[in-house]
Amino acid sequence: MLERLYRMLVKEFIQVLRNPRMRAVLFGMPLVQVLVIGYAVSTDVRHVALAVYDLDRTPATRDLLARFEGSGCFDIVKRIGSEAEIQDVLDSGEAKAVLRLNRGFAEDLSGGRGARAQLLLDGSDSNTASVVMSYASRLSADYNRAIMEQRFSRTAGLRLEAEPIALVSRAWFNTNLDSRNFFVPGVLAMLVAILTVILSSMSIVREREIGTMEQIMVTPIGRLEFILGKTTPFAVIGLVDVALIALLAVFWFQIPLAGNPLFLFLGTGLYLMSTLGAGLFISTVSSTQQQAMMTAFFFLLPVFMLSGFVYPIANMPEAVQWLTLLNPLRHYLVIIRGVFLKGLGPSVLWPQMLALAGLGSGMLILAAGRFRKTMV
Amino acid sequence: MSDFAVTLRDLERRFGAFVAVNRINLDVRRGEIFGFLGPNGAGKSTTIRMLCGLLEPSGGHGTVAGHDIRTQREAIKRCIGYMSQKFSLYDDLTVEENIDFYSGIYRIPKAKKAARKAWVLDMAHLQAHRHTRTGQLPGGWKQRLSLGCALLHEPQVLFLDEPTSGVDPLSRRAFWDLIYEMAGQGVTVFVTTHYMEEAEYCDRLALIYRGELVALGTPGEMKERLMTDQVLCVTCDRSHEAMGLAAAVEGVRDAALFGRDIHLMTEDAVALAPRLRRTLTEAGFEVGTVERITPSLEDVFVSLIEARDRADGAQKEFSA
Repeated sequence: MLERLYRMLVKEFIQVLRNPRMRAVLFGMPLVQVLVIGYAVSTDVRHVALAVYDLDRTPATRDLLARFEGSGCFDIVKRIGSEAEIQDVLDSGEAKAVLRLNRGFAEDLSGGRGARAQLLLDGSDSNTASVVMSYASRLSADYNRAIMEQRFSRTAGLRLEAEPIALVSRAWFNTNLDSRNFFVPGVLAMLVAILTVILSSMSIVREREIGTMEQIMVTPIGRLEFILGKTTPFAVIGLVDVALIALLAVFWFQIPLAGNPLFLFLGTGLYLMSTLGAGLFISTVSSTQQQAMMTAFFFLLPVFMLSGFVYPIANMPEAVQWLTLLNPLRHYLVIIRGVFLKGLGPSVLWPQMLALAGLGSGMLILAAGRFRKTMV
Repeated sequence: MSDFAVTLRDLERRFGAFVAVNRINLDVRRGEIFGFLGPNGAGKSTTIRMLCGLLEPSGGHGTVAGHDIRTQREAIKRCIGYMSQKFSLYDDLTVEENIDFYSGIYRIPKAKKAARKAWVLDMAHLQAHRHTRTGQLPGGWKQRLSLGCALLHEPQVLFLDEPTSGVDPLSRRAFWDLIYEMAGQGVTVFVTTHYMEEAEYCDRLALIYRGELVALGTPGEMKERLMTDQVLCVTCDRSHEAMGLAAAVEGVRDAALFGRDIHLMTEDAVALAPRLRRTLTEAGFEVGTVERITPSLEDVFVSLIEARDRADGAQKEFSA
């Protein structure tokens, strides 16, 4: 048993690591990707290009615009002079939003009639649009408050009373709500999934395609020896990549690793059982590498989409929410974010670990069951 | 222990409605070089795969080295070597790494490992190339290495599925020398081929066609006993054109070109010869010799297969 397994491992490691390009793909690419994505991917909306259609041109409108620009959320990129231009700048994408201030804005304001400002948004990116909308309403609310305070103190010499309810929020674990802290661990989980699912989905079908499978199947090698020999090297590569990416995250992006790194590896090990099991299963049912590649791709897409990586699971229809329980990435994301940001350990994360262990052994057993030492 | 390395009784394999191997009965003696012949798609590889435990038979039974091919597949795998037409070692491993891999998979005892490795390197003439990537070796060398790896664990029965396809004639000859050597050491060799000169090297032959066993015997027996047709060899100019005409002459069962000669199958060569010469000469061909020859194995197989086709055709008409 051990001799055969050892020989399988030696062979697999040589095959994976001998090719310099393959080494670059396995260890270089994930780092480069985390580096690029770490800088690029962010749902924080800053510096939204704003065009202004100011028909009033009074100190009051200038004051409001200064607040928009001063917030850091908006950059005023253009001042436009006609109705038609609104359409133009939104169409061309020159601006993501247009703030329109009607003639008489200042008069209405001072006359206490309630001044109206219109924000026209490019809704084609609904996420950004809603974030922009909330920024804008916050800014105008602040402006309202400032004006009210001013008016009260001037006319009545009174201070504005405190609001009945004041909600003061403070984000724990990620104080600045920096989306990078949230995304980089997620990207790590995704990259490792891509790597291990695709590697293992190629593994058996590749041997079948080049004809070496037939030769292996006439030897007395055991199924377990073969399957373990096929998966263990990829698990090791996956763990090495996790270590490399975690180092990059902590030392380059300054993402706090609050929890125990060893526990992170334990969780990763459980997670890899499912990704390798799934890949291996794909490999046993595919007859060509191309087919395996496509299947792996279509397997990964819903895994990413329904994991809570970008789209919150709580927003999904209930049936889909149940379905996501079968998604190993969902559980791993909870673990990895928990370990990185919250410093959690097994005492809290055991349900996720249990789920991963169950899913992982299920998938591996399924794949091993599909693998036969006979053809057809 | 039985005297037979391979026995097959009514062995059958179907793929859906298609019968790839149809009730084959065979006995292969220990130490024999047994040739398994037939055109492409006749069921040669399917049979060999069933014997090696790669395919489950749909019916019938068989034994290899005394083990049942249905129930003792893993036991069979320990005592057979298998080499297929497709090169099946790892191209990205070196010669030595490939040997070490199979040596470990077959769990060759530690004490013997070095000796077996040396034997394979020696046999395949690859001592100087032990650190070369296998993928960089020429075809004939790869083939020798494949054979070496299939023999590492000193199997009792060696299955070779078209082992020399795509190998140059010199390497093919050298390869057969190795096969003789193995047989001399008591290894049973079960080999499929469609090279007729290779068939001549075998102790015994089986011809399989459309999944059925058509003929069985030594190459000599095949040529003498099984050949009901006689072969007339005609030399003639423009032999390609002449063949069309000759095939239409009464009494000619089949015509085929062998180099620049025309071989004609007939029931009665003596009667046909003058008739044929007359027809060809009248048509303006310059006819050289017309003589009856001892059929080659190729003639035998073509004739047997044609006869089978005719029989099948008649049967079909009858049943229709």
